[in-house]
Amino acid sequence: MDVNSNKYTIGFSIVMVVIVALLLAFASEGLKPMQNQNIEREKMQNILKSVGIEVTRDEAKDAYDKYITEEIVLNDKGEQIEGDAFKVDILKEYKSGGQKNFPIFIYESEGSKKYIIPLVGKGLWGPIWGYIALESDKNTVAGASFDHKGETPGLGAEINQGWFQEPFVGKKIFDESGEYKSIRVIKGGAPEGDKHGVDAISGGTITSNGVTEMLVRTLKIYEPYFKS
Amino acid sequence: MSESFFSKKNMKLIKDPLNDDNPITVQVLGICSALAITVKVETAFVMAISVLFVLIGANVIVSLLRKVIPSRIRIIVQLVIVASLVILVDQVLKAFVYDVSKQLSVFVGLIITNCIIMGRLEAFALGNKPGASFLDAVGNAFGYGIILIVVAFFRELFGSGTLTLPVVGKIEILTSLANNTGYEHNGLMILPPMALITVGIYIWIQRSRNRKLIEENH
Repeated sequence: MDVNSNKYTIGFSIVMVVIVALLLAFASEGLKPMQNQNIEREKMQNILKSVGIEVTRDEAKDAYDKYITEEIVLNDKGEQIEGDAFKVDILKEYKSGGQKNFPIFIYESEGSKKYIIPLVGKGLWGPIWGYIALESDKNTVAGASFDHKGETPGLGAEINQGWFQEPFVGKKIFDESGEYKSIRVIKGGAPEGDKHGVDAISGGTITSNGVTEMLVRTLKIYEPYFKS
Repeated sequence: MSESFFSKKNMKLIKDPLNDDNPITVQVLGICSALAITVKVETAFVMAISVLFVLIGANVIVSLLRKVIPSRIRIIVQLVIVASLVILVDQVLKAFVYDVSKQLSVFVGLIITNCIIMGRLEAFALGNKPGASFLDAVGNAFGYGIILIVVAFFRELFGSGTLTLPVVGKIEILTSLANNTGYEHNGLMILPPMALITVGIYIWIQRSRNRKLIEENH
């Protein structure tokens, strides 16, 4: 048989593509449950991290079930609606029209209650995301954790470091008169005693602005809920 | 034609890429990934295993099919085989070692473009029997892996003061020294340029010990 004829070449390609497609489809389907479990547990880890609980991936499920006592979904008016908060893909909610779902996770331990809100936004090179936790007064920040896909190492990528996240603790999202202020990341450093500002990252201006934008936009959505 | 699997000729297929014909330090192939994923020993190790699997799989499959692959589309066929194996590896890593898979990120996918793999397929597997191709793959993957792990060892030790080994986990070696004596980690070691320089130093040492690698000056 002539392996260089056109007929043979085309036949060979078709057979090869079918075999490869089948193989990969089976592998992908077979491994999907385990991959999804990893992704889910990572999400649990990140939610817990915003209230200062660091757990390994294996412990994540137990810790999550223990500390997160309530999962709530709000619509864009801040009213509570039916839904599975954990399954909400927050990025899709901003993009899609119609009914919106915004999740809140409620942490409860030893009488203290914290409200955890997922955030998504844009950095310089790609998406940034995180969680911010509020104390039971629904005003004071209890903790924040951020992460990113591919911000510049040493500059924007520092948003996932403790030194950037720790100053968020104790900041307030409403001022004394109850007006919505959010929290801003301030270039050149936040003034001493500023209740609504934290230091930005030198050289990471666009990523820092992304964090501010993400906070201002997201917390605004939850304002009615916090005030109710 | 019956030739022992462990004949001198076959053993040469394994030994040569480790030193005299190392894919990274002598042929200077696959440098890109050597720079990117050698910040921690563990990632370097997983990358080396992944390349070992892909290279063995691709070399043996291409060698088995060498008489039926139409020569006009042989590069495409090789690419499809390599790409499928790489996707398999990527899926398995995501399922079983999620953290490492996150750190390796795009570099697992980039194994497809690793010149060592296409180079071995073209240069060896297309013209040799599966057994020999298997040994050639093992030799070259080890040659690649050794450099990766050596570079990662020095980069992690001097850059972060730790060694992150597979299974064992993170061992802090120089961190206590750093806390007590004012020793500072060399942050430059973590950045890509130092990987290139480390590989350079390796090449320098290798050539000073193995003089036949030195090109003659004309």
